[in-house]
Amino acid sequence: MQNILTSVALLALTAGMASAEGKLSIYNWFEYIPQEMLDKFAAEYDVEVTMDTFDSNEAMLAALKAGKMGQYDVAVPTDYMVAIMAGEGLLDTFSHDEIPNFANIDPKWIDVPFDPGRRHSIPYQWGTTSFSVNRDVYTGDIDTLAILFNPPPELSGKINVLDSQGEVLALASLYLGIPQCSQDREQLKALNAMLLDAKQHWASFGSDTAKDVLVSGDAAAGMIFNGFSAKARAEGANVEYAYPREGFVAWMDNAVLLKDAPNRANALNFMNFLLQPENAAALTNYAAYTSAVIGVEPFLDDAIKNSPENNPPASAPQGTFVGVCDQATQELYDAIWTNLKK
Amino acid sequence: MAGRAASGAAGTGYRGLTGPLLLPAWAMIGIFLLLPVLLMTVYSFLTREFRGGVDWTFSLAAYDRFLLSRGLFGDEPPVPEWTYITIFWRSIWQAGLATLICLIVGFPTAWFIATRPLHSRALWLFMITVPYWVNLLIRTVSLRFLLRDQGPLNDLLIGTGLLDSPLRIINTNLAVQLGLFYSYLPFMVLPIYAAVERYNFALSEAAADLYASRWTTLREIVLPVVRPGIIAGCILVFVPSLGAFLAPDLLGGAKTYMIGSLIEEQFKGSQGNWPFGAAVSVILMTLVLIVLMVYTRARGRAEVR
Repeated sequence: MQNILTSVALLALTAGMASAEGKLSIYNWFEYIPQEMLDKFAAEYDVEVTMDTFDSNEAMLAALKAGKMGQYDVAVPTDYMVAIMAGEGLLDTFSHDEIPNFANIDPKWIDVPFDPGRRHSIPYQWGTTSFSVNRDVYTGDIDTLAILFNPPPELSGKINVLDSQGEVLALASLYLGIPQCSQDREQLKALNAMLLDAKQHWASFGSDTAKDVLVSGDAAAGMIFNGFSAKARAEGANVEYAYPREGFVAWMDNAVLLKDAPNRANALNFMNFLLQPENAAALTNYAAYTSAVIGVEPFLDDAIKNSPENNPPASAPQGTFVGVCDQATQELYDAIWTNLKK
Repeated sequence: MAGRAASGAAGTGYRGLTGPLLLPAWAMIGIFLLLPVLLMTVYSFLTREFRGGVDWTFSLAAYDRFLLSRGLFGDEPPVPEWTYITIFWRSIWQAGLATLICLIVGFPTAWFIATRPLHSRALWLFMITVPYWVNLLIRTVSLRFLLRDQGPLNDLLIGTGLLDSPLRIINTNLAVQLGLFYSYLPFMVLPIYAAVERYNFALSEAAADLYASRWTTLREIVLPVVRPGIIAGCILVFVPSLGAFLAPDLLGGAKTYMIGSLIEEQFKGSQGNWPFGAAVSVILMTLVLIVLMVYTRARGRAEVR
């Protein structure tokens, strides 16, 4: 009873503040939220919603550090960037009872490595990064990272790798069974040597072309995000997305509360709104990744709910987040990446 | 001499106004040329800030990284670092080859256009420049579509029975060459055209009257006269090719760094290193400057002779 009373009081309070403030400013990825959702929030809470977009975590961080703090209320960084932003003191904290729908978050996504206990962020969408193989070219077992790093002859020389240091080095570490952000010399030397050897099998590095090279047939296998692979399949490529047994990269985009948010109460309302199952489902139907909210299933499109890319087999291991290393360790990994690409 | 006398005379007429009149030109040079170069040079001597940006403390670390290698873990005795010199060498070689191909194709093209009747020359020049109204990125991506294994070029070669399996061009150095050649060809054609157009063809006739062979005429008469155009064309192709990153990225598969992509990588991404990127740019610019100075010297000496 006490609980209900406080939440009613809180709701009344936040609603009152919402009409008083009347504004919400969002900094989000491009094409990552349908306009109808923004309109719906604006109508429900009677606020004016504005949104700017970015195309990489680094671009967003740079813009915020270069003087845009205090201008936005909510941003949508990826997992490792949440940790970096928190480390740089760019995030505000909230208590869980400030967001009534916090209880809708799937419990496995609450104690996450990049924001233990969720003090700054709530889940937005999540997905995985591994690779896809053209099944017309290769029909053997693909549930191993050896497809990328020591491929069968059918695929050698026809592999595209994401031009993204963090994800390539994370998958390579999983393949060798060594931890990320390792400072062990033998492990790093092994990682360096393995990558240099694997490079002979690769045709190209490319991130924004990752889907196109699979569809066109330029690459017979390629590192890719699960949603991107689903789109390649929808465009007619006979590709299968792998959940390798050594592990794969998981990533999660999160809505965070920015420090010095001009409309903190509306920001919390918006985060609460995103955790409402029908809204979370609308987001997933638009972005084609996966929601971390319980109870979205009845609202999901069948094609997205049942896609093989979004439903790992029961035998698949858990995804691994890209680690955030300290500066000294990161410089070792930078050197390995430069070695690989020189 | 005549030129200097003329400008001297003009100078007397506007005495007192020279300063204010030159101001816009100096402001342009200062704001758009000197200031950025100065800023870049200063940045190359600063300390790297983790995850992008600079810390305003003097440091030679960027140049040290370029020249000396201390092993993967940075604690071995320093030895000369070949990584970046190799990248420079590769880029210079690529740019040089692209310039040569542009010259071989561009010179006859320019000659052809310059020897057309006056009224049709404009049309030919127009046709050379039309493709360049399209953005470089789009042209490079289009070239990628043409060259790919299942693209029109390979369809044609296989369809006509010339080849059994697709010619692998995409993601090779050959594709990068083609990309650079295609991107910068007009920069070669236009200056040579300008030089050839001013060439007095009576000189060729005179040479022929004096029993010079066609080859001798080309070597002894034509080339010396149009040489400034050729050199201008070569510089205009070589310098941007040296810093190109679109062609290596999109056509070469981004598998090996070129100078341009190495610099680009230092400024995007959280793994970037701004002072190092600035230092590489300064070194590249110094190299280009040396080449241009050697050329100016050589030309000055040739003119004196």
